[in-house]
Amino acid sequence: MIQALLARLRQGHRTLAYPKGVPTLPDRFRGLPIVDSSRCPADCRDCANACPTDAIAIDDRGFRLDLGRCLFCTDCVEACPDGLIRHSQEYRLSVRRREDLVYDGRTLKLAEALDQKTRRIFGRSLKLRQVSAGGSGACEADLNVLGTVVFDMGRFGIQFVASPRHADGIVVTGPVSENMRTALLDTYAAVPAPKLVIAVGAEAISGGIFRGHDEVHDGCGALLPVDLFIPGWPPHPLTILDGLLRLLGRLEEPGQTA
Amino acid sequence: MSDIRFAAIRTGQAISRARIPQVPFDEFRQTVVAAAAEGRRVAALFGDASGPPGQVDLYAVLADGVRSLLHVGQTPIEVGEFAALTPDCPQVHLFEREIAEQFGIVPAGHPWLKPVRFHASYRPGCDAWNRSGAGPVVGVLDFYRVAGDQVHEVAVGPVHAGVIEPGHFRFQCHGERVFHLEISLGYQHRGVSRALVGGPKKRTVHLLEETAGDASIGHATAYCQIVEALAGTQVPIRGEVVRGVALELERLANHTVDLGALAGDVGFLPTAAFCGRIRGDFLNLTALICGSRFGRGLVRPGGAAFDIDETRRVQCLERLDAAVHDVESAVSLLWNAASVQARFEGTGAVSIETARALGLVGPAARACGLEHDARQDFPSGIFRFVQVPVSVSLSGDVLARAYIRWLEIQRSAAFIREQLHSLPAGPVRREVAPLGSGQIAIALVEGWRGEICHVALTDAYGCFSNYRIVDPSFHNWAGLALALRDQQISDFPLCNKSFNLSYCGHDL
Ligand code: SF4
Repeated sequence: MIQALLARLRQGHRTLAYPKGVPTLPDRFRGLPIVDSSRCPADCRDCANACPTDAIAIDDRGFRLDLGRCLFCTDCVEACPDGLIRHSQEYRLSVRRREDLVYDGRTLKLAEALDQKTRRIFGRSLKLRQVSAGGSGACEADLNVLGTVVFDMGRFGIQFVASPRHADGIVVTGPVSENMRTALLDTYAAVPAPKLVIAVGAEAISGGIFRGHDEVHDGCGALLPVDLFIPGWPPHPLTILDGLLRLLGRLEEPGQTA
Repeated sequence: MSDIRFAAIRTGQAISRARIPQVPFDEFRQTVVAAAAEGRRVAALFGDASGPPGQVDLYAVLADGVRSLLHVGQTPIEVGEFAALTPDCPQVHLFEREIAEQFGIVPAGHPWLKPVRFHASYRPGCDAWNRSGAGPVVGVLDFYRVAGDQVHEVAVGPVHAGVIEPGHFRFQCHGERVFHLEISLGYQHRGVSRALVGGPKKRTVHLLEETAGDASIGHATAYCQIVEALAGTQVPIRGEVVRGVALELERLANHTVDLGALAGDVGFLPTAAFCGRIRGDFLNLTALICGSRFGRGLVRPGGAAFDIDETRRVQCLERLDAAVHDVESAVSLLWNAASVQARFEGTGAVSIETARALGLVGPAARACGLEHDARQDFPSGIFRFVQVPVSVSLSGDVLARAYIRWLEIQRSAAFIREQLHSLPAGPVRREVAPLGSGQIAIALVEGWRGEICHVALTDAYGCFSNYRIVDPSFHNWAGLALALRDQQISDFPLCNKSFNLSYCGHDL
């Protein structure tokens, strides 16, 4: 017992001050890609060709990057002959509508809060059931992290629960393998209405690296009404927490990135 | 094995496919069975349909850890069936089910021939179960039933209570006592193997990083070793060190969270809470090196995509020491708590004979007394020059699997310290040449769950005509099933955690 207490003292208090203060992210952290497309040579497509998930489109409508497909890898950065692409420290990435993830490389319009009526229901207590539908274990790991003392999402009233019957919504990871489709839909059906759907990670949003495989459904968007998209591969725990708090209207800051 | 006709090859090496002897099936079967009886392991057994139409070639990769040699042989199957090896060599049971499912040929006499991943056969019209129509439905199979008074069945999954991957567990119980556990997976099947054919493409390395997301470094390393072998590229030594450090950081993070989860499963909250956090410290060390907590983008053909510069090196060492100090204080509580010991000891024991028969790998095998560790048996990369002592325990129970992790945490930390203190100079990455055509390459990497085995065959253009991934979980799920025999069903979460296997690594 004494030893447990001593260890407890030594381990100290480790919960982040977030959202009051944002912890420093590693200097090589790969957040929102920033693209200076005004300087792109006219017919250069090097980044688009290098991108493993074809997240980049360049045409007469200009440069567009689909964050729903983006793996936050370094392939486009390395491919750009003029060094016009870089990953910023911006960890806030969540949006409410799928089309908002298709972004111009400069400013991203972040998720708006739920309407007032829904917020009254979920704002102070949100119980979520997680369904991994072909998820690789990485998104799941960084969701689990939210329950540790570091992020302690319980202090915001958000919690993962075992039964969909006790849940206010589901959090989907993975591209939705055909073999998980029924289980996902059954779980969703078991959640009492009103209910939320949150897609976490490139795979749940667009199929990610598995996009186009016969064995998957390219994410959960075609099967379920998604209320919140959280991009990343996997998203950093802070990105997920930011998205959840934004959805609940618990962050008082601008609705778009700088 | 002296008169073995299979071709000898080392890990991280490529040879011409023409050098793999094609032997008659009987000799093939006999060689594999005899090798297993002599204590060698079957690292891979797979089918390949890139030969003449209607023919499936079987390949076996036998692992001889004492001599650090792999033996590869091949036999053509021209009819729809072959005599199953499993009755004489249980460790290939899942490989044979996989072959049946993928190619629609029947290993006749297989004692439990059931689908593995529930997908349609790669060869349209050939189905090992003569199923027709809409294709297989996941989870629909003949589960074992135990009949009798008061015997009951418990079904769990695919969706589980926690934030984890899906799979189905079917228990045959008498009261609390488990007679038999059958594990049926496949829910995570995303078509990884099929997508790798024709590569390397721009997606390939990313696919490998997502094969088992918590073992990105392990699988990416195996893949890169395959590519480098096929291209004849030598990775600069500094690149090897960066990769080795990343592999051990992955082990540290996962072993730490596993010990925390084991503590949590027996209601010992201090260690559970501390380890959950400290795992993050290790993940953040990987992020310090490459920006991704899971090491995505770090290991690349030719070396490493990120260097550890001087400031980073110093910072890494400082933060490693702090995290290891914390994990020491958190984990030592476990060994001093009688309540924890009482729950761990004797629970879910697997005997060394069973472990050998099933071909278990990784910490699960070492916990039973099997001295298998690819870092020692088949050293590649930096492990050719630096030896990490193999951690072995004997009791084969939850306690042993927990204790192995603790030993490995200490040894991985010591390895990283040593490597960072003597980081060699030079580049971390080298340009990769085009891949050789008509080759076979094999890579074995000791991931944190155990031996990761990749085998690639290239066609006349140097593209993958076949790429096999054997995640350690593929060998070890059967170990969990047997660990549950005669246990209380309430001990399942604890036993499951003590193995902590990958669903997607198995389902591919
Ligand atoms: S960072 Fe995103 S957009 Fe750039 S190559 Fe990778 S996946 Fe494509």
